[in-house]
Amino acid sequence: MDTTPAHDLSTRSTGIRGSDASSSMAAVWRALGTVVDPEIPFVSIVELGIVRDVARQANQWVITVTPTYSGCPATRVIEADIRQAVTASVGEVPHVVTVLAPAWTTDWIAPEALRKLHDAGIAPPGRAEASAADARPLRFTRAKPSVKCPNCGSFRTAELARFGSTACKAQYRCNDCLEPFDYFKPH
Amino acid sequence: MDVHANATDARLFDYLLRLGDNALVLCQRLGEWVGKGPVLEEDIASTNVGLDLLGQARLWLTYAGEVEARNGGQGRTEDQLAYFRESNEFRNLLLVEQPNGNYADTIARQFLFDQWHVLLLGQLTLSRDERVAGIAAKAVKEVRYHVERSSGWVIRLGDGTDVSHARMQSAIENLWMYTGEMFAADDTERFLIDAGIAADTRALEPHWQSSVNTVLEEATLAPPADRWMQGAKGRGGKQGVHTEHLSHLLADMQTLPRSYPDARW
Repeated sequence: MDTTPAHDLSTRSTGIRGSDASSSMAAVWRALGTVVDPEIPFVSIVELGIVRDVARQANQWVITVTPTYSGCPATRVIEADIRQAVTASVGEVPHVVTVLAPAWTTDWIAPEALRKLHDAGIAPPGRAEASAADARPLRFTRAKPSVKCPNCGSFRTAELARFGSTACKAQYRCNDCLEPFDYFKPH
Repeated sequence: MDVHANATDARLFDYLLRLGDNALVLCQRLGEWVGKGPVLEEDIASTNVGLDLLGQARLWLTYAGEVEARNGGQGRTEDQLAYFRESNEFRNLLLVEQPNGNYADTIARQFLFDQWHVLLLGQLTLSRDERVAGIAAKAVKEVRYHVERSSGWVIRLGDGTDVSHARMQSAIENLWMYTGEMFAADDTERFLIDAGIAADTRALEPHWQSSVNTVLEEATLAPPADRWMQGAKGRGGKQGVHTEHLSHLLADMQTLPRSYPDARW
């Protein structure tokens, strides 16, 4: 199973020789870096960890992506946007492949993107691995790491609802500045 | 194709329909709450849970169609399987097709199912069929969140007002007879359990019982007494023998593609 970071370009085989190969590869990655998640349009799909691989196979660019949630309605739009951005950049239509394993986790979101989420008023997710370990399906308000208010920085926050504006977020409220905000759930 | 592979694929197709139809039918039920949930946050939550289940249903049914094709069958698409089968061809549990009722009924149905679903998917992540294991690993992360939410609501309503307590208790009582089927393995399942593909649901029962009882106790609800279980003897939802509620649900769900078979959306 391929668990190497998606950004690692060094070992990919491209089928194009020498520096041409690496410059085309870099161009494809740059193009992918301009594709955003339509529900969080300031974070690219590369930063979000959705792009798992870029490879050159049988004279075609093969972009491997993984969905965030099984039912995420943005998946189809993202695929279409990938085709468009890569085609515009390298002049050929790529093949987009979806893989499920290993399953996407918020731990793959790049640190830069976590900062962008915070700046946009969305509390970034804590470590998903840690939350899976503390999961106690019993209590309604289980002990969990405090979520920091993206507006005033207070940790005195409370969950209002298990789901927010999208499947990947929950609704919180800050008990100091009283602002409601979205929390990107560790997943 | 060798005979053994055929025998496995025919059963695997059926098993994938069970997994996919549970998710699809429960999603459709949750969708019935859209725009009329008891509070806005719950309206959104039940829809989001439904959305996760819809995504899972698509993965299971797409794979079912592929297995059907490689076994020499029609190789139906996810949409053909969802919209053009009759109720006796659906393989979902009787529990998930039960009507929404009041919100305690909806929560009880979700709670009893989620507690089972999370255990089932956890086992399926170890399936020898890589595709099954991959879908399960994706789905189980979503369902862990579902089980926290539904358990939380059982506690909140059970340990709430006199009215919410009485409704929650009666919802659990009314649905209890549909839970036996979840742990009954028929020939199809036994064959696939032996092949290392399906989860051994029989082994999940004590774990389910213990998690369910812990939540009921916290919710000040009484665990239902043992009783006769609907469909547990091999004639239930998994074999296509359904309650009357499923046909009504399907009539609603399938009307558009059946009225306009060429419609694209």
